[in-house]
Order: sequence, then structure tokens, then C-alpha cells
Amino acid sequence: MRVRKVWKNIKKNVGLYAMLAIPLAWYIIFKYIPMYGLQIAFRKFNPTLGITKSPWAGLTYFEQFFHSYYFKDILWNTVSLSLFTMLIGFPMPIILALLINEVKNTKFKKVIQNITYMPNFLSVVVIVSMLTIFSNRDYGLFNKIGSLFGMTPVDLMSKPACFQPLYVFSNVWQFMGFNAIIYIAALAGVDQELYEAASIDGASRMQKILHISLPCIMGTIIIMFIMRIGSLMSVGFEKAYLMQNSVNMSRSEIISTFIYKNGIQKGQFGYSTAVGLFNSVINFALLVGANFASKKMTKTSLW
Amino acid sequence: MKEHLKKSMRSDFAFDLIVNVLGACVILVVLIPLLFVLAASFSDPDLVLRGKVLLLPKGFTTKAYTMVFENGEIWRGFRNSCCYTAAGTLISVVLTILAAYPLSRKELPGRNIFMMLILFTMYFSGGMIPTYLLVRDLGMYNSVWALLIPAAISTYNLIVAKTFFENNIPGELYESARLDGCGNVSMLPRIVLPLSKAILAVLVLYYAVGIWNAYFDALIYIRDTSLHPLQIVLRNILLLGQTEQMGTNDVGMAEKIKMAEAVKYSAIVVSSVPMLLIYPFVQKYFVKGVMVGAVKG
Repeated sequence: MRVRKVWKNIKKNVGLYAMLAIPLAWYIIFKYIPMYGLQIAFRKFNPTLGITKSPWAGLTYFEQFFHSYYFKDILWNTVSLSLFTMLIGFPMPIILALLINEVKNTKFKKVIQNITYMPNFLSVVVIVSMLTIFSNRDYGLFNKIGSLFGMTPVDLMSKPACFQPLYVFSNVWQFMGFNAIIYIAALAGVDQELYEAASIDGASRMQKILHISLPCIMGTIIIMFIMRIGSLMSVGFEKAYLMQNSVNMSRSEIISTFIYKNGIQKGQFGYSTAVGLFNSVINFALLVGANFASKKMTKTSLW
Repeated sequence: MKEHLKKSMRSDFAFDLIVNVLGACVILVVLIPLLFVLAASFSDPDLVLRGKVLLLPKGFTTKAYTMVFENGEIWRGFRNSCCYTAAGTLISVVLTILAAYPLSRKELPGRNIFMMLILFTMYFSGGMIPTYLLVRDLGMYNSVWALLIPAAISTYNLIVAKTFFENNIPGELYESARLDGCGNVSMLPRIVLPLSKAILAVLVLYYAVGIWNAYFDALIYIRDTSLHPLQIVLRNILLLGQTEQMGTNDVGMAEKIKMAEAVKYSAIVVSSVPMLLIYPFVQKYFVKGVMVGAVKG
């Protein structure tokens, strides 16, 4: 009886399933087949034999990677770049949103918002080009500003120590405004009566921010934070690769650029897939862990 | 009491002042680099190289722009990118809606399973190499399709669209349409889409910006220079310093370097303007779109 009812229900929705079938096929082909293809991390990949027929290699590639002399450097470059990006990049949009929320003049508010969204529309190629131009020793903007403070001009792009700050602060510059939108929206939903009640109690503006605004958007902050933790190891390939040059390699070589060079440029498919899988598994574990911790401590979670 | 009020007003004034000053600082920090590039693109390259240009053009000239437009590679890249963006946005928006609409119908049996299947791909993926091998095996290597299909759907955008449909199309509307003899499929163009202009605008903006700015897929899949999108051409010119023979007759080396430098700024402006131009048109929907996405993150 129940089965028949379910069947009837499915038949009634056959049109919807037909629609869904197209994007679902896309997901299976372009998302799930590559996951199946991950098995080449455990195989000696031979293009003529294909993915499923190449001989097994066991954990050789993983051992090779863990024992390589560059393993520690690449891992540390990836993790430190990511942590640095998160440390600066995560709070900045929240601070910006709180700031914008405090601006009384609605016109000025709009101006700040619209101007800070602008860099979000620039491409990575443009951002890195601008960084290169600004870092120029002779006429770059950074050096001009630096010389105001009596610093000697240097080509920042070719200093390994400058790679991470340039990466992180240009990221903040580019995405701060866009990432603030979510928090601005959350702040707009805060009950105004809370602020009024606090004013009557003699709370200062700063106290209101700390004791009303911030706690009210905490749920949003936590969700964004969990998602951020889940991508801790997946530092964007695109920007790091473009910023990379032979001089700053010691700091700019991260897992994704390493995979690109060894896999796509040199054709070591099995090895670089193993490195990628190692990366994805850590990411996934971090996400699950962060979600679990948040569920236990704050009752907010992704699933 | 009066004294107390006065004091709080004074501190309020100080607070507002600090807030506005900080706001102005944020604007300056964001704008100065952009204004510098714009000013440099209209300036005499000699003055730019000597570090004389800051926020206003010096020795006004549009020579760099004429050079960009005379540069065959940039033109071709620009045309290619326009085509890819138009076609890619269409494909992406259609595929996203085809998934988001059925998944937004609460009565669809099994929708949670499908949703989980889709959400999982946000957190775990096959990664660069298996995807690359798949695209190659599908015969898309060195073809336009490699830029349009493998990255067609963004799961984040799909969730935004699905949430929008769920929150903005009341269930009674579907019910009464059904009583009028309207099928589930024809409800999409007749009822859902006319009510969803905001989300369509947001999807178009997100996808168009993403495709216009993408360079990675072209870097790994496209060999043929005639198929290169603008971003790859830009990378070659701006970051690798490759320029095709510029200037007609043999100008000196110093002159060449100067011109190559000038072209950098104008190329940045030319490549960024199209996306900055479409933004104001969809601006009023833009914030809404992000907010919808935030509800379900």
C-alpha cells in the first residue's frame, strides 16, 4: 500500500525528475567520477591501460611524499599561509560590517559599501599584476609609501618574506567588502528594541557593539568560521601560482602549486593525485571536526 | 541628569567622528590603488616610470589605449572572453535553475538525498588531476567546451537559487496552478521565473564575473593561442612580459620598455571595466542574493 503511494507520488513528479536529471548527470560526471578517479593515487598510472586497469602501487606515492625533503616546507607554507589568511582575513569583514553598521549617514554608508565591493570584481591576474607594479623598486606605490617612513626601496615580489603579507593583505583588500555583506545583512536583522533598552540603561556605543551587535551575529560568524576551517588547506592555487617566481619559491610553493607542476606539467599523475588526496582528506577531517566541536559547544552546525 | 545627558551626547559625537574617519580611511585604502592604475593609464609613461604619477594623470595621453586596441592578441582575447562569458553564463544559469527549482519543491520525494549528493561535493572533491584526466578523456582538451562545461555549476549559487525559490514562491501558488491544469514543468516558466528576476540577476552576475575572470581552466586545457581568453593574454603581457611586436617601425629599446609599461595599466583598465559596468545594473539585487545565500550558508 505504502509502496504504491510512493510510486504514485514519484510518477506525479516525473517532470521535476526529468529536469533534475540533467544537472544531476553533470554532478555525477564532473564531481563523482573524479572522486572515483582518485584511485590513481594508489596505482602506477599508465595512460594506455587507463585508470581502472593500471597496476596497484599501494601507498608508495604517499610514502614518497612524506619522506621527500620538501614535504615539511610545502606543508608548512600551505598551513601558515592559510592560517595567516584566516587570522587577518576572517575578522576584517566582521569589523567592517560593525563599522558600517555604526555609520549614521545612509548616503555615506552606501558609498563605503559600494566602493569596498569593487575590488571583488577584479580578476586574480589583475590583482597580481597590480601587486607586481606596486612592488616595483623604482616607482612602485608601496615603496613610495615606504620611503615616506624612511624605508629603503626593495622589490617586494622577489623577497620571500614578503610573499605571505602581500598575499594576505591583498586578499583582505579584495574581499573584505564582499565578505562583509553577510554580516551587514545579519546586523540589519537585529531587534532595534535591544539597542533602545541598552540606551536607557546608559550603555555606551562601544558597549552596545560588544554586548548586542556582536552576540546577535555570532551564529552567522560561527557558520562562516566552520566553513573557513574546512578549507584551511585549500589555499587558492590561482593567486599563489601567479605570484610565484624563482626568487620567492621557498615561501610560495604550496601544495596546490606543487600538484600543478608535478601533475599537469610533468605528468606524474599518480604522485600528484596522492598529494592532492592527502590535502582533501585533511580538509574534510578539519571540517567535520570543527562542525562537531561547534555542535557540542554552541549548538550551531552545518548539518 | 542634564549633566549626564550632555556627557553622553559629547561621547556620542566623538564616537560618530571616529566611525566616520575610519570609514573614510577604508574608502581611501580601497580607492587609491584603483585610482593610481587609472591615472597611470592616461599618463605619459615616462612620468609613470619616474614615479611622478600618483592619483591624477600627468602628461595626459590616450596613447596606451590606442596601443591596447591595436594589439591583435588583446582584441582576440577580449572577443573570446565576451563569447565565453555569454555562452558560459547561459549554460550555467540554465543548469543551476534546472537543479534549484525541482529541489526547492518540498513535496519532491527523495529531494534530501539529491541535496546531500550535491552538498557533499562542496566539502570533498576529486581534485585537480582526476578532473584534468576526465576532461581529457572526454575529448574536451583544447576546446571551448573545457571552459564552459566542467565548471558550469557552482554549488553555492545553486543553494542560493534553491533557497530563494523556497522562500519567495508560496506553496499555494503551485497548488492553484496545478488546479488550473498547469504541470510541474510549465510552472517554471509561467510562475517561478517571472517572480524570480532578482535571483536571475544575481546568478548572471556571479557566473559572468566568474567566467570573465577565470584563467586557470584555460591555462590547463587550452593549447591553441587563438582560443585564449583575455585573462591568459593579460597574464602573458602583464606578468610574463611577453608582448608581440609593438609599434610599427623600429623604435629604440628604451622606448619599447616604456610603451610595454604603459600598456600594462591600460590593459588592466580595459579588462576590468566590463565587469565593473554590469555591477550597477544588478546592484539592487546583489545584496539580496548574498543574504538569501546566508540564510542557509
